[in-house]
Amino acid sequence: MTASNSSAALLSIQDLSIVLPSSGDRAYAVERLSLDIAENEIVCLVGESGSGKSMTAHAILGLLPPRVTIDAQSRVLLEGTDLTKLDDTAMRRLRGERISMVFQEPMSALNPLQRIGAQVAEALQLHNTAGLSAAAIEERCIAIIDAVGLPQPKQIVRSYPFQLSGGQRQRVMIAMALLNNPRLLLADEPTTALDVTTQRQILDLIQKVQAERKMGVLFITHDFGVVADIADRVVVMRHGRVVEQGTRDEVLRHPQHAYTQALIAAVPGRHARSTPPSGKTAEPLLKIEQLKKTFVSKSGLFSPPRTVVAADGIDLSIQDGETVSVVGESGSGKSTLGRMVMRLIEPDSGTISFAGQPVLGQDAAALRAYRKQVQIIFQDPFASLNPRQKVGDAIARGPMIYGASRTEALKAAAALLDRVGLGASAVNRFPHEFSGGQRQRISIARALALKPRLLIADEAVSALDVSIQSQVLALLAELKAELGLTMMFITHDLRVAAEISNSVVVMQKGRIVERGAPGQLFANPQHAYTRTLLGAMPGLDFFEHRVAA
Amino acid sequence: MKAVVQSFLRHPSGMLGLVILLAVIVLAVTAPIFFPGDPWDTVAAPFTPPQTDGMLLGSDSLGRDIASGIAHGTRVSLMIGITSTLVALIIGVVVGALSGYVGGRVGEWLMRFTELFQTIPAFMLCILLVAILQPSIRNIVIAIALVSWPQVARLTRGEFLALKEREFVQAARCQGESPLSLIVRYILPNALSPIIVAGSLAIASAILIESALSFMGLGDPNLMSWGFMIGAARTMLRQAWWMSFFPGVAILLTVLAINLVGEGLNDVLNPRISRQ
Amino acid sequence: MNLQWLKGLGALGVRLGKMVAVILLIAIFNFMLVRAAPGDPALVMAGQSGATDEAFLQRVRAEYGLDQPMPTQLATYLGKVVRLDLGYSHRQQRTVLSAILERLPATLLLTLSAFAISLVGGVVLGSLAGVRAGKLSDTLISLLALVIYATPVFWLGLMLVLLFSVQLGWLPAFGYQTIGVTMGTWAGVVDKLTHLALPAFTLGMLYLAIYARLMRSSIIEVSHQDYVKTARAKGASDGRILWRHMLRNALLPVVTMAGVQAGTLIGGSVVIETVFAWPGLGRLTYDAVLQRDYQVMLGVFLVLSVLVIFFNWLTDLLYRVIDPRIKAA
Repeated sequence: MTASNSSAALLSIQDLSIVLPSSGDRAYAVERLSLDIAENEIVCLVGESGSGKSMTAHAILGLLPPRVTIDAQSRVLLEGTDLTKLDDTAMRRLRGERISMVFQEPMSALNPLQRIGAQVAEALQLHNTAGLSAAAIEERCIAIIDAVGLPQPKQIVRSYPFQLSGGQRQRVMIAMALLNNPRLLLADEPTTALDVTTQRQILDLIQKVQAERKMGVLFITHDFGVVADIADRVVVMRHGRVVEQGTRDEVLRHPQHAYTQALIAAVPGRHARSTPPSGKTAEPLLKIEQLKKTFVSKSGLFSPPRTVVAADGIDLSIQDGETVSVVGESGSGKSTLGRMVMRLIEPDSGTISFAGQPVLGQDAAALRAYRKQVQIIFQDPFASLNPRQKVGDAIARGPMIYGASRTEALKAAAALLDRVGLGASAVNRFPHEFSGGQRQRISIARALALKPRLLIADEAVSALDVSIQSQVLALLAELKAELGLTMMFITHDLRVAAEISNSVVVMQKGRIVERGAPGQLFANPQHAYTRTLLGAMPGLDFFEHRVAA
Repeated sequence: MKAVVQSFLRHPSGMLGLVILLAVIVLAVTAPIFFPGDPWDTVAAPFTPPQTDGMLLGSDSLGRDIASGIAHGTRVSLMIGITSTLVALIIGVVVGALSGYVGGRVGEWLMRFTELFQTIPAFMLCILLVAILQPSIRNIVIAIALVSWPQVARLTRGEFLALKEREFVQAARCQGESPLSLIVRYILPNALSPIIVAGSLAIASAILIESALSFMGLGDPNLMSWGFMIGAARTMLRQAWWMSFFPGVAILLTVLAINLVGEGLNDVLNPRISRQ
Repeated sequence: MNLQWLKGLGALGVRLGKMVAVILLIAIFNFMLVRAAPGDPALVMAGQSGATDEAFLQRVRAEYGLDQPMPTQLATYLGKVVRLDLGYSHRQQRTVLSAILERLPATLLLTLSAFAISLVGGVVLGSLAGVRAGKLSDTLISLLALVIYATPVFWLGLMLVLLFSVQLGWLPAFGYQTIGVTMGTWAGVVDKLTHLALPAFTLGMLYLAIYARLMRSSIIEVSHQDYVKTARAKGASDGRILWRHMLRNALLPVVTMAGVQAGTLIGGSVVIETVFAWPGLGRLTYDAVLQRDYQVMLGVFLVLSVLVIFFNWLTDLLYRVIDPRIKAA
């Protein structure tokens, strides 16, 4: 994280405008953007979805989708040469050699039918000006794979992408990008699709290689925590324009523009929104004992079936009025836990009791009665609503099934839609007319229509932009206080958990490894995994999370 | 619904197909008006070339009017095409829905059963069925339906399997919806688009199968169909090319029109970015 | 290494098991179909020719135990199938099996050629169209494919005969080889090839159209994948991307489709053989239809189903060659 003191920029973007085809909803993806990247510095380009940050990076390398063009007035200067004026052959010489790029989705960024070694070697073969032999190329590949921290490089070289995890694939991508010692690295949200601990490793890796090779890095992200951790300078974008830029400290500590201020304020975990539990009864509202679930999948005639342990004897109690966050990475079993409580998935063994009554193994009538008291909100706002059902009907169905008349139910639905901030007129519209954040609000209204006591939110804000996320969390906190709800909030983001819960439960590989109040957990983590998770939280040092004990 | 219709009206190839198809349907309906009398009647000298002696498209080896045969054959093709497809759709959707929704072992075995039908050479099965049970419209419709339903079932099963796990279906379960309600209100309406497209393409394929059966001499002996006309013309290719040419063009145009409409529907109902 | 060998064996075993199951089920189906036909099953099994021969009818009744209860009849029938006894054709005065075996090679030649033509042609044309999507060559290829897809295959055959045989005289219209002329081995091969050309090409055309359209959309779909972008970001040229990254991935759905279409291809060969008087199983079927020789039809049905399974195994093999993930898993 050295401050840049070179006056000649490595990359200088001047008045970049990216024109969208006329059928789009706006004319420009990016409008008159100017930014510089010096040698040996990390510039973070921050914005929400639709800000044009990704397009900017693609434009530098000439990788824009068909029919999307760069305006003639734009200039992209790499050490003096204007990239927008180069022909295709010259651009190809540059790509992967002077400028490299790493993309967001490691799962799809590698050719599934080709071995890793072949794909990494290709980066060298395409720029083999030194005339290296095949053996020499293979040696360099193994060396670089080792340098990015992958164990057993010789084996990795012979593997296929499907045999590697997401984090490993991203390391391979970085290896491919570094092979020819580029001067500039473009990283388009390289850690967004990764688990938080893996994200930390990849961020560390990028910082390390940047420092070693003194590269310039343009790092695109939506997460200010990441910005706080790695940026030298920050550029904030919104709707295709630059809103603010400056050094990291300048922008983060003294943001000038209202939008930047709002984004920084929306970083989760900075204020406590939790309310103490009402503590009405001593008996827990939800009691889970020794819950077990293993998924078995056949994988061919002669291979042993693959088993995934989603729940390995989970014990959990939630008091009435509490908000409990269940935190874990992918594969921890947190989502499965939520679905088992809803009885969308049946556990293999164990007991669940709600308000003293057993939940599992009950007949249809008891299940119906139970379902009325527990509701769930899902992660994907675009899959959570029936595209062919009006929003009002979707909300009213629940009460109607339990005996309400259609008019009553629709009236109640209208009131709920109003309460969640969408206005009663939304009742007659279809889901596709709403944005992601608005759809989540509709899902919340649907869940509340049955007046449940327990609300399960399964990564309900994870798919939303950070500012929308903040609004929805605020809404949930309000509703919880108003209606006296109990909440089980499932998330992978410790910061979100810190913000809204009274109690945080940490899960790893189907087991609960620690539980405690947020302040306690942060200050004094007991379990090694909790410490790892905390350490991996982006922006931890900078933002100094203060949470109610 | 309205949006779908409007989008389709703006789809060039789909509209072309629709226009041709409408012309075919009109021909089918008005055949007895424009070509009164029985297409089996001898009305001219045999082997009259087209545009001679008032024969628009010529006459065949027995002096029958080719144009009349084509017009009346339109009814046969459309009727058999639509009926057999309807039967195939009913069987296919029911089997596929059951297999996809119930899942588990029942679903798998139903799928294996469906796959079995796809392993056998379809046309051969049609020949067998129609030959042994004797050629008639009823048997032809049954035979075609029997070889067409597996594709519909596979498609339906795939859609049901995918939709069953979709979050909005899960949410509906949590609201207390019954399984029947889930299928009818939530899954089926969202699975319909590909099924409709498959159905329209199935009509085209049914017409092709029926014409092939008639060509082989297994058509209903009472019906003058396009395939039969081509079959009767087989050995007279040199002398009377028009006998086999025009009925074939009729089949081609009809099937092409239906395919264009089907693909237009597909573009409109399932818009994908890759269709450039 | 040992595990691979075992897995390969296992896969073959599964296929064989499937084949046995299919044969049994088809035999049962044949059994029931004969009983479902109008009239006396003995007459059905004797065929039109044998129905007039009283002695033959008696033989049929005795052999198949037609006076016995149904389960016994079924057992007798299945027993015969297992021993490859597919019945006797009174019309041809020989066993069904011998008639089939005589014709089988010709059908194999025709269907394999058509399969190869359709797959190779379809992949090449489809790739061309997909890579040049939106341009003139794409429009032409797509249009051609659309029209061929709508064309009845038997009519296409007749029209091609009209053009290439009657009008241009380039290729022979009917049959397997020129009869009545003795020729050396090489000339004989060429002669057979010219006779094979039209039927194989006609049969292959329809599937060529199908695979071309599928390959086209597959190429377009693959071109949007992230790994194509990665290759471009490394500095690869369009040609290299197509050849090394896109083709293999785009081929997979086409090969899968080829497997699915095996049944219709083989069914279609029946019509083609009829049009071109190709001396294969299809031609045999056509004659059997005319002669109401039901035993032959049932036998051909069984054998053609086995052929479909063989083709499925072929496409499976092809798939494994293209997609190394199955072996490595």
